[in-house]
Amino acid sequence: MTASTVPAAAGAAPPSQQPSPETGSSGDGQGPGPRRRLTPYWLLLPAGLWLAVFFVAPFFYQASTSVQSGSLEEGFRVTWDFTNYSDALATYGPHFLRSFLYAAVATLLCLLIGYPLAYMIAFRAGRWRSLLLVMVIAPFFTSFLIRTLAWKTILSDSGPVVGVLESLHILDFTSQLGLTGDDRLLATPLAVVCGLTYNFLPFMILPLYSSLERIDLSLHEAARDLYAKPTTTFRKVTFPLSLPGVVAGTLLTFIPASGDYINAQLLGSPNTQMIGNAIQKQFLNVLDYPTAAAMSFILMAIILIAVTVYMRKAGTEELV
Amino acid sequence: MAADSPALAPLRWLRRNAVVIAGLASLGYLLLPNVVVMLFSFNKPAGRFNYEWRTFSTDAWTDPCGVADMCGSLGLSLQVALLATLFATAFGTFAAFALARYRFRGKGTGNALIFLPMAMPEVVMGASLGTLFLNTRVAFGFVTILIAHIMFCLSFVVVAVKARVMSMDPRLEEAARDLYAGPVQTFVRVTLPLAAPGIAAGAMLSFALSFDDFIITQFNAGPSTVTFPMFVWGAAQRGVPVQVNVIGTAMFLIAVAIVLGGQITANRRRRAR
Repeated sequence: MTASTVPAAAGAAPPSQQPSPETGSSGDGQGPGPRRRLTPYWLLLPAGLWLAVFFVAPFFYQASTSVQSGSLEEGFRVTWDFTNYSDALATYGPHFLRSFLYAAVATLLCLLIGYPLAYMIAFRAGRWRSLLLVMVIAPFFTSFLIRTLAWKTILSDSGPVVGVLESLHILDFTSQLGLTGDDRLLATPLAVVCGLTYNFLPFMILPLYSSLERIDLSLHEAARDLYAKPTTTFRKVTFPLSLPGVVAGTLLTFIPASGDYINAQLLGSPNTQMIGNAIQKQFLNVLDYPTAAAMSFILMAIILIAVTVYMRKAGTEELV
Repeated sequence: MAADSPALAPLRWLRRNAVVIAGLASLGYLLLPNVVVMLFSFNKPAGRFNYEWRTFSTDAWTDPCGVADMCGSLGLSLQVALLATLFATAFGTFAAFALARYRFRGKGTGNALIFLPMAMPEVVMGASLGTLFLNTRVAFGFVTILIAHIMFCLSFVVVAVKARVMSMDPRLEEAARDLYAGPVQTFVRVTLPLAAPGIAAGAMLSFALSFDDFIITQFNAGPSTVTFPMFVWGAAQRGVPVQVNVIGTAMFLIAVAIVLGGQITANRRRRAR
């Protein structure tokens, strides 16, 4: 069986016949020899080839595009023109800064908002636990673009949120900080951060919950028996044990948030554009592919470096 | 002891339940937009944008496909999501078995290859895949969208299935073999049913991710292939019809009904045992 699927799988990779599940198990048996040794490679082949062709190879094309120059009419040619990079950084430096700033603030807010909810579901929910978990993922059932548009209604100039904040003079305070302006929330950095926080909150809550849920409750009791106050128990026992969830959650929030352009587009203004907006505009509207490629490369490099450093510092590499 | 005085009782109650109150507030923040979407599906807006409340109306609910092209884009999204789920679940399940069950050279590379797409912002993946298609002169359209969706769904299927396979007791399969089940029989009757929850979770995740994807899709769709999220994006610039809210609400209610129904039957079965 293995032999018969070999040529098919090797020939035309993507949409062709894949080694059937039975093939996998035929090598699963005790029979030693080259057959069994090759089984994992056949199993990995379709997914591996797909990712190699459509995930890894594109980065090489992008790298070559990012050092091209020319125009859409005359065609682009590789000229090892690294000015694409310096130009991108010079023109879109503020976009990069805003992206990482907004994403960092949104990640922090997600942690602050998500932690109590994850904690409550893990320790205080009792028989409501599974219902609450459903409610955490329930927002996903409606397309996130529609939900982001709903924030336009919630934060609208004549809406209740603006009204309350205005009467409490909070908007005056935030506009002094430069977070809002003209007594409105829409088209301000605050609205973009609020949208980012909202959109990626479940990605923070779920890993937090799964690491909190694994904590042995007798550890809480032990801390109490040793006269630890609830806050001390949290600081010395619960929070350290939930760190893997914190690390996973912050990564799952920060990475997509820093590349997002939907919240900035729908809830922000031209002054709140993030790097995603710039890449999208260069790629899809201006059709300046080299600049788009260079920006996308810079974004990728910064994120890879940041993630590596963060994971080293946090000391968790068991995320896969 | 001041803390024991009755006047401070509400304060103590507040302190004990602070986590629950904060948690419920977070849940409110999370669910508020869904409530707004639902409410505004009954709105009759004055202009082209459905952002401000005017009067109650069921017009949109009685004519959900009354907007040009919307239901077509919905059909396209469903088609893409189903096909992407099918391929991603199959390929991802194979890969998960390889990574969970075998030791081989290059396993670390395989793990990294699976992990990286999840650690990459969508805009980077979308733009680079779009660059590949541009350079190789592949025409943008249905096929390029499908290729992209299978690509980003794969990793999530692998993670879901791998977690399940790793937690499976290998002795069950050994027992099947001891009882003279052939390799095929062991796989079909023992391994596959045991791995099924993981495979189902991966498939559902793929479907949800594919159906809702906008960023990668926007970079890899032609001008004439408009998925539902792309339709909503376009509508956000031109004017949002109330029907968008109807679709959003209907999707929400159907999904909640399926999940709750599944949980209730699972609970019943557990109790019946």
